[in-house]
Amino acid sequence: MALVGSAAVLAVSGCSGDTETDGEVELVLETFGTFGYDAVIEEFEEETGYTVDHRVYGEQPDFAEALEQNIAAGSGAGDVVALEEAHIVQMLEQGEAFVDLNDFGAGDMEDQFLDWKWELGQTTDGQLVGLGTDVGSLAICYRWDLFEEAGLPTDREEVGELWPEWEDYLSAGQEFRDADTDAAFVADVGEVYTAITRQAGGEIYFAEADDELIVADNPVVRDAFDFSVELVDEDLSAGLDTFTDDWTAAIQAGTFATMPCPAWMLGQVEDSAGEDGEGLWDVADVPGDGGNWGGSWLAVPEQSENPEAAAELAMFLAGPEGQLNAWEEANNLPSNLEVLESDEVQDTVREYFNDAPTGEIFASVAADLQPYYMGPGHVAVHEDATNPIDEMQRGGISADDAWDQLIEGAERAAR
Amino acid sequence: MFFGKLDGKFAPYLFIAPFFIIFGVFNLFPTAFMFHVSLHDWSMIGGNGGFVGWANYAFLLTDTKFWNALLNTLAIFVIAVVPQLLLALLLADVLNRRIRFQGFFRVATILPYVTSIAAMAIVFGQLFGRDFGLINLALDTIGIDPIDWRSNRFASWVALAVMVDWRWLGFNTLIYLAAMQTIPRDLYESASIDGASRLRQFWQITIPMVRPTVLFTVIISTIGQMQLFTEPVIFSADYSGGNQNQFQTVAMLMFDEARRLDNFGYGAAIAWVIFLLIVVFSLINVLFVSRIRGAS
Repeated sequence: MALVGSAAVLAVSGCSGDTETDGEVELVLETFGTFGYDAVIEEFEEETGYTVDHRVYGEQPDFAEALEQNIAAGSGAGDVVALEEAHIVQMLEQGEAFVDLNDFGAGDMEDQFLDWKWELGQTTDGQLVGLGTDVGSLAICYRWDLFEEAGLPTDREEVGELWPEWEDYLSAGQEFRDADTDAAFVADVGEVYTAITRQAGGEIYFAEADDELIVADNPVVRDAFDFSVELVDEDLSAGLDTFTDDWTAAIQAGTFATMPCPAWMLGQVEDSAGEDGEGLWDVADVPGDGGNWGGSWLAVPEQSENPEAAAELAMFLAGPEGQLNAWEEANNLPSNLEVLESDEVQDTVREYFNDAPTGEIFASVAADLQPYYMGPGHVAVHEDATNPIDEMQRGGISADDAWDQLIEGAERAAR
Repeated sequence: MFFGKLDGKFAPYLFIAPFFIIFGVFNLFPTAFMFHVSLHDWSMIGGNGGFVGWANYAFLLTDTKFWNALLNTLAIFVIAVVPQLLLALLLADVLNRRIRFQGFFRVATILPYVTSIAAMAIVFGQLFGRDFGLINLALDTIGIDPIDWRSNRFASWVALAVMVDWRWLGFNTLIYLAAMQTIPRDLYESASIDGASRLRQFWQITIPMVRPTVLFTVIISTIGQMQLFTEPVIFSADYSGGNQNQFQTVAMLMFDEARRLDNFGYGAAIAWVIFLLIVVFSLINVLFVSRIRGAS
């Protein structure tokens, strides 16, 4: 029992009471948003006798900021911390700040994971920094009642067949618009832009070979941008910035009919729409190929005073029990193949979304997902590149200006 | 005896020491260190990435984002502070008269000041919502098209000025009120006897007598406004201040660079420039107001 041994040593060496009380192992787990870990943490505590203090931050950027500060300061970070896809590339560059989970036997778990998810948790020299938690395959959330009003099909199968490609999505939008329902077709074209760039797989803003900024020459970016312009020109956008107060209010009031929905978005929709929205939303296949959007990893900072126990917790949470539980509690789509293919996931229907078989919809795409290359500056560049798109759909600037500003913003952010 | 002498010599310094020690540790040192950082390429986790001399300051001079943020900050300052101080003067004058429930009104003016800025900014943020905000709904009833308060540049400045004024109006009113109460009553009485109207008394007695206090409030407002941060950050929900940086203030740009883009060196340079700007604006205020005083 190496774990008990190490705990005892720490107790004798008089380690600070922060991680240790009366010789018991106390671990701090830091996540953000909804990871769906409540039940599985209790299970872990019962099995090991450790105590887990789960600290949840509201939004990912706040958490990322706090974590970076703690890593830089050399203390204050949790024993196990969540790294979002937007964040992991930067964190991998700080590999020495995290333990190599291979040292704790996590390497044996490789076969359980989606290949690309596993790969992205490693540094170039093979240090295993993060164990995959969830992935975000894409679907479209839609209001079937508004579709009915507009004379479009309401059944999720038929709706999915309505738009095999994004061009068909646009046509469906025109039909919807012409039916004069008072609602817009899509909430935020910036989200469509994001979805399309991610579906393309491969490079978006940075070249994989040398991290050079390629935003101006990458047809993937230009095509996605042009499509978002088309949506705006056709008057299909509600012009909402996702996650703002206006967006939340619009979900409640039902002023738009569709939005791209990564798996984790369902929880956001449910929270925002509340009880009144129950049963009005449904989920259909996304136009184009499957694409990944979001998802996290768990890592153990080097500063943890209990790395062995921490690694054990990370492995448990990223393992089959943890991932299944996260799916059941929060609908976070597993990156663990075994769980992804399990009946529990495949047979899941989500009552709130008109009994949509979300397990089948999301899991069927997950296996084929192509990872895209982010590069260290992706988050900042993406934010500054989508700002002009948001402004364009609000009518603040023309499409040409938006494109110029997109390039300018990207270059400035990557400076 | 010996200690008694020492007491006399050192005691005053000992009494003021706590302030200066804390000031040194939490103000002076960070300010000096920040200058050091501003001369380097610096990131949060990577730390010092090498000496770059004045490069961060040189970039700042050519940075359109900086000039944009400075313009926003100054514009919001003007839109907020000028009406605010005038209104505060009038309010203070009213509260200085014998009116019913005087105590209640005096306390009421300061209440917004003691509410949390964040809570206030969240509430105002919803009032200024584009699609479902109360203000747009009210405008709609009188036939005015909804305003996109976060996209229209001037509208965003006005929205922020309203928030600033809501918070600071009472504070300045009470300061003016205190100043007005030190004005001898017989000045007003003799003016009344000479037949001066209320308005004339206000302009000829009250305003000249509270002029030093006006200087004080202008300087305090300048310092506060140059650092305007919390309200626009909550209004924007990030450091960008609108999709086009329509209302990004200099303090927000500083955070945007240092925290989001991890350019600590450049962020530190912006912080130093804010500091210098505050010094310059305060000096201008002092000169301006003392010129007025000299003239009268």
